[in-house]
Amino acid sequence: MAISNYIFLASALFTIGVIGVLTRRNAIIIFMCVELMLNAANLLLVAFSQMHNAHLGKYFPTLASDAQVFVFFIMVVAAAEVSVGLAIIVMLYRNTHSVDVNFLNRLKN
Amino acid sequence: MNFIYLIPLLPLIGFLINGLFRKSLSKTLVGLIGSGVILASFIISLMAFFQVKAGNSAVVSLFEFINTSSLKIDFAFQVDQLSSIFLLIITGVGFLIHVYSTSYMHEEDDKDFAKYFAYLNLFVFSMLLLVLGANYVIMFIGWEGVGLCSYLLIGYWFKNVEYTNAAKKAFIMNRIGDLGFLLAVFWLLAKLGTADYHTVFANVSKLSPKEITGITLLLFVGATGKSAQIPLYTWLPDAMAGPTPVSALIHAATMVTAGVYMIARSNILYTMAPCTLHVVAIIGIATAILAATIALKQNDIKKVLAYSTVSQLGYMFLGLGVGAYTGAVFHVMTHAFFKALLFLGAGSVIHAMGGEQDMRNMGGLKKHMFFTHATFLAGCFAIAGMPPFSGFFSKDEILAAAYEQSPVLWVIGVIGALLTAFYMFRLYAMTFTGKFRGTHEQEHHLHESPAAITIPLIILAVLAIVGGLIGIPEVFMHGGHKLEEFLAPIFAQSKVLQAAHEHTPLSHATEYALMAVSVGGALIALIYAWTKFSKYEKTDKEEAGLGKVLANKWYIDELYDAIIVKPLQAIGKFLNNVVEKSGIDGIVNGVGKAVNYSSRQIRLLQSGQVGAYVLMMVIGMLVLFIVQLFCKNIF
Repeated sequence: MAISNYIFLASALFTIGVIGVLTRRNAIIIFMCVELMLNAANLLLVAFSQMHNAHLGKYFPTLASDAQVFVFFIMVVAAAEVSVGLAIIVMLYRNTHSVDVNFLNRLKN
Repeated sequence: MNFIYLIPLLPLIGFLINGLFRKSLSKTLVGLIGSGVILASFIISLMAFFQVKAGNSAVVSLFEFINTSSLKIDFAFQVDQLSSIFLLIITGVGFLIHVYSTSYMHEEDDKDFAKYFAYLNLFVFSMLLLVLGANYVIMFIGWEGVGLCSYLLIGYWFKNVEYTNAAKKAFIMNRIGDLGFLLAVFWLLAKLGTADYHTVFANVSKLSPKEITGITLLLFVGATGKSAQIPLYTWLPDAMAGPTPVSALIHAATMVTAGVYMIARSNILYTMAPCTLHVVAIIGIATAILAATIALKQNDIKKVLAYSTVSQLGYMFLGLGVGAYTGAVFHVMTHAFFKALLFLGAGSVIHAMGGEQDMRNMGGLKKHMFFTHATFLAGCFAIAGMPPFSGFFSKDEILAAAYEQSPVLWVIGVIGALLTAFYMFRLYAMTFTGKFRGTHEQEHHLHESPAAITIPLIILAVLAIVGGLIGIPEVFMHGGHKLEEFLAPIFAQSKVLQAAHEHTPLSHATEYALMAVSVGGALIALIYAWTKFSKYEKTDKEEAGLGKVLANKWYIDELYDAIIVKPLQAIGKFLNNVVEKSGIDGIVNGVGKAVNYSSRQIRLLQSGQVGAYVLMMVIGMLVLFIVQLFCKNIF
């Protein structure tokens, strides 16, 4: 399959993620949009890795899978981040009964 | 000659002791230390003098003072005929003034008394350094030192604003002259790479005539400042604000003679610059006559003496200008005797009058103050140039040399001499003869001063009477001019140069005639003044016409005020009000305001709106992308 297809898909996912983050006010939705952006990046990593290094697989097995290993790293880090973020949001909801990010700007005082 | 360094060192030690322990020393001890160190210096100077007389001139190098790759200046002292004469004058007259001060300043607080003596010792130290230095740099250190000490001592009673102003005036006017001196020294260093007298005078032929003229003119600018010549003389009369012994020290033994010493020391340079010599002679005679006219109408006893110093210094410069270097040094010496005598005598009078300095309120002091009166009269005769008092010989030598150069100089010089006789005897008659014009209380208080005052007066009076005998002119006695013989080695090279364009020396008949005219004229002026002012009655009549102009010192101070001080103040005010307040302040405050304003605006960006932050982040990312995409070539 042509690499351009992957790029188009990833760009579409990333853009949807950005627009989601920018326009939505619900903290959970924003979180999900961030996940979308991360996964768009993951998709690109896998696609480019496959494109550049697949034919080297039989000589350098590790080289071919480098970028794909990074993807797992990103997933792990994202999971950790989400657990922290969700914990914050839960605490926030308990105190304010809202997950509206615009409501949170009163924290600055 | 290895003991030479002691001569300036002792006064310095005296200064340190009196200065550092001024709170704990008693007056007696302070006086003993202050005068003692000077006496010791005087004795060592005497030893040095006899060594020099025996033919042992020397340059003693103490240590390396400045040493860079191309420039080496030693801290070296030079003892020769010229400096040994000055050493004797400074320490000898200085010592008498110190002794006198112990009594004159006795009413001061313990602390101030010690401070005064410390300054006095420092003054003598600076002057000794000036005279002893073997190069222009050491001379300059002393040169600045006496300037500083004059500032400290003129402003000694610093709580009086007028006195501090006088001190500042002296300091600033001297600084103006010092600039000239400094430039001349730099010029010498640039051209010859050395400031040592010996080397400079030996290599003088390496300089072009124009350079020599420039250097000597700049040196002379320095001399006009220190020795109170036109145009920088106005500080000297104002310097009367200091205690009277200080005036005596400045006028007789130190400071004002520095310019004469410097030119006499540089005589070879000056002889090679005839153009400068003319300038020196003209400035000298102009100062002599101008100051003499001002002295005619002054009523403050010290002011008259101050202007007479300016006038006599003018004579010394006239002597230098016409190439009579010996005459100038001779006049420095006799002048030191009689001017110190006159100032100390005036101090004694002021002391007796309880601080009164206005001669209109004196009169008839002859009866009350025998020693002061007698010695003062001797001083008056000496300065008026009556034979055989000392002033006669020295002044006459200068006038005769001036006549050789140009009869016009001589005529003006003689007029100056007549004026001198007139104002000095006006001073004498108003002070010592006639009726007492002061208050009843003052009259009751009148008394002769104590021994510490009268003994220096008597010694100085003897010197003022017989001091001239070391320079009896050829016309009276063959080989009578001991001073000329003594100083001959210093001026030998100049003599040779002068001989190249020699005019025939004066015949004895002419010389007698010149003397007769000047002495006769002075005698007439003297008798006229004596008789006229013995009958002086105090009047409230305002001076009018020329008298008013003279009483106001030709309005020179006002002139300086109008053309220099006022414009400078106006520029200062303009710079302060316009440039500083609206220009510089505007810029400085503007920068502050701009930062303040912009930070207040930028603060608004920090709203806490997560959306806004993310938007900015995205915009930033986009910008980075665009830059990366389109401007690849740049990075």
